[in-house]
Amino acid sequence: MAELLSVQGLETQFRTREGIVHAVNGVSFGLKEGETLGIVGESGCGKSVTVMSMLRLIPSPPGKVSAGKALFQGKDLLKMSDDEIRHVRGSQISMVFQDPMTSFNPVLTIGRQVTEPLEVHMGMNRKQADDRAVEMLSKVGIPNPRDRMNDYPHQFSGGMRQRVMIAMALVCTPQILIADEPTTALDVTIQAQIIELAKRIRDDLGMAIIWITHDLGVIAGLADRLVVMYGGFIIETAPIRDVYAHPSHPYTLGLLGSLPRMDETGQRRLVSIDGLPPVLLEKPNFCPFAPRCKYVVERCWKENPPLMQVSPDHTAACWVNPETGRER
Amino acid sequence: MGKFLLRRMLWLIPVILVVSTITFVLMHAAPGGPWDRDLSARQVDPVTQKMLNEYYGLDKPLWRQFTAYLIGDTNSKGKFICGLICGNLGPSYRQRGLTIQQILFMPPEEKSIIYSRFGYSMRLGVYSLLFAILIGIPAGVLSALKQNTMTDYISLFIVTIGISVPNFVMAIFLIIIFASTLHMVNIVPRSWDEVSVWVLPAVILGFGTMARTARLTRASMLETMRQDYIRTARSKGLAERVVIVRHMIKNSLIPVVTMLGPALAGLVTGSFIIETMFGFPGMGRAYVTAIGQRDYSMIMGTTLIYAVLVALANVSVDMIYVFLDPRIRLE
Ligand SMILES: Nc1ncnc2c1ncn2[C@@H]1O[C@H](COP(=O)(O)OP(=O)(O)OP(=O)(O)O)[C@@H](O)[C@H]1O
Ligand SMILES: [Mg+2]
Repeated sequence: MAELLSVQGLETQFRTREGIVHAVNGVSFGLKEGETLGIVGESGCGKSVTVMSMLRLIPSPPGKVSAGKALFQGKDLLKMSDDEIRHVRGSQISMVFQDPMTSFNPVLTIGRQVTEPLEVHMGMNRKQADDRAVEMLSKVGIPNPRDRMNDYPHQFSGGMRQRVMIAMALVCTPQILIADEPTTALDVTIQAQIIELAKRIRDDLGMAIIWITHDLGVIAGLADRLVVMYGGFIIETAPIRDVYAHPSHPYTLGLLGSLPRMDETGQRRLVSIDGLPPVLLEKPNFCPFAPRCKYVVERCWKENPPLMQVSPDHTAACWVNPETGRER
Repeated sequence: MGKFLLRRMLWLIPVILVVSTITFVLMHAAPGGPWDRDLSARQVDPVTQKMLNEYYGLDKPLWRQFTAYLIGDTNSKGKFICGLICGNLGPSYRQRGLTIQQILFMPPEEKSIIYSRFGYSMRLGVYSLLFAILIGIPAGVLSALKQNTMTDYISLFIVTIGISVPNFVMAIFLIIIFASTLHMVNIVPRSWDEVSVWVLPAVILGFGTMARTARLTRASMLETMRQDYIRTARSKGLAERVVIVRHMIKNSLIPVVTMLGPALAGLVTGSFIIETMFGFPGMGRAYVTAIGQRDYSMIMGTTLIYAVLVALANVSVDMIYVFLDPRIRLE
């Protein structure tokens, strides 16, 4: 399948009072048509900044995309004019955000907000846009969509609001849907419903998805490929099955270990990785995970490992093979 | 909505009762009375004073005067004269033969009510409020959009002046600049029919409110700009202009509207000073004069009108609030 999106060497920094925060450090990945890519990693590792940089939604100042390319259908999103990128946003690449409570404008009706992209990108009039929005709302499972168009965001429950958010992102049938932790703010049963919805819609409309999460359990049934991020770097990327079968970075291993498990007493236990996420004020010349790593060897402190091929279609940034515990 | 309005209107009754009681007590606690003249002038002789007191019922006990004002009482000829509950504000003690309603609401000759004292004051109030809103809100919006640029700093400078300089000081300065030095306007205009003479008093009266509006709008805009839904709006591909106008401004105005209620009260008190300084033929100057003259019924009537105006302004602010913010329900 053709490459739809190709991100190459993306770097984003924030100028803050404490210094320059290196939020994203040379991130590269690709997305094929119809593919679902998962991006996982702890809070603060740069997942949101990566995708927001692509769409140029980073607040500037303080943020700045300082290097890299984001080729969408062969055109670099980062070099487009303001008008061009605006035409991509919401029509070819759409986003769903984490908190459905704060991501809607509280003083505009749902109908108004869902129809906005249609009016901007498809040149529809109010009536056509309304019809299309109603159709989309019913597709994501909003009961009585026509009546609910006039309701305000606070009149919806959290799960319903996230459904509306998805409908809003999909009204213009984009090629790529970026979902930035869309289920984190929801409770578990609603989470599962939203994932089911995403699968159904994807099979229905056939768009590619970038699904950001910090929960490997959530992404398992949804993604084709996985990108694992740590401290602004991609540290592992592989087809989803490989990640679970042969995790090739100690951090990924840690993430898998921190999935809630049923232990002998039948209780769900949450294991977390010891230590704190790295401070991003300096670009490290050693492996950023080294301070927390069980497999650390001397080389880790001298050189930050690049992404290395560990098997076909599977790369990891680690000097050590965690399956054997020996240096590669 | 109707129920809300009705309830708020009923609230006016206790407001009027409390305001009139306090005014009545303060007024009578102040030394002097309506028949006193300047010390240098010839005083009204005691016999006439006694007759006047009897005629106006000022010889009766205070509580009776109060109930007479509110409800009514029989006059010296034994005829019942209805008070405030009939909408009667009573006769003026200083402008003989005129009732308070006539003084405040009756325009000279055949002109419309906007040429009455009340009309003049309302116009001045509306103009200064328009100035405050039409300058303050755009200034605040612009300031926020261009945060930390020259535009922002200039606007902040003017805002700081507006908030910290009292309006009578500003009035004196501007009169010195525009009237005494530049001779662009007369200090006390001969006629208020021309638009240009309104500019100075309206601007001075509205300046503080303008500054507060601008400051609050700026802060509120900066707050709104950081909100998640602004990012959502951008991610939908809306033009920046649409993001600002449709998504930022309405949200940012909610706290500004809340401030407008108290701001209107500020305009009312400001108008006493500004109207007096400019010799303005409005209600505020009449009020200040009436206080000096102990024109009891005039003081009472004007105070109550101001109280009702401020209360009504607050009701309209609440209604605008509901219109702006769907999360607020009136019931
Ligand atoms: N506006 C900003 N100003 C300064 N630093 C920022 C800003 N936005 C993000 N950062 C920094 O960039 C880093 C990456 O943030 P990002 O939001 O991408 O994390 P994330 O992986 O999405 O985490 P989460 O799971 O919490 O959403 C963080 O360390 C954060 O402090
Ligand atoms: Mg994030």
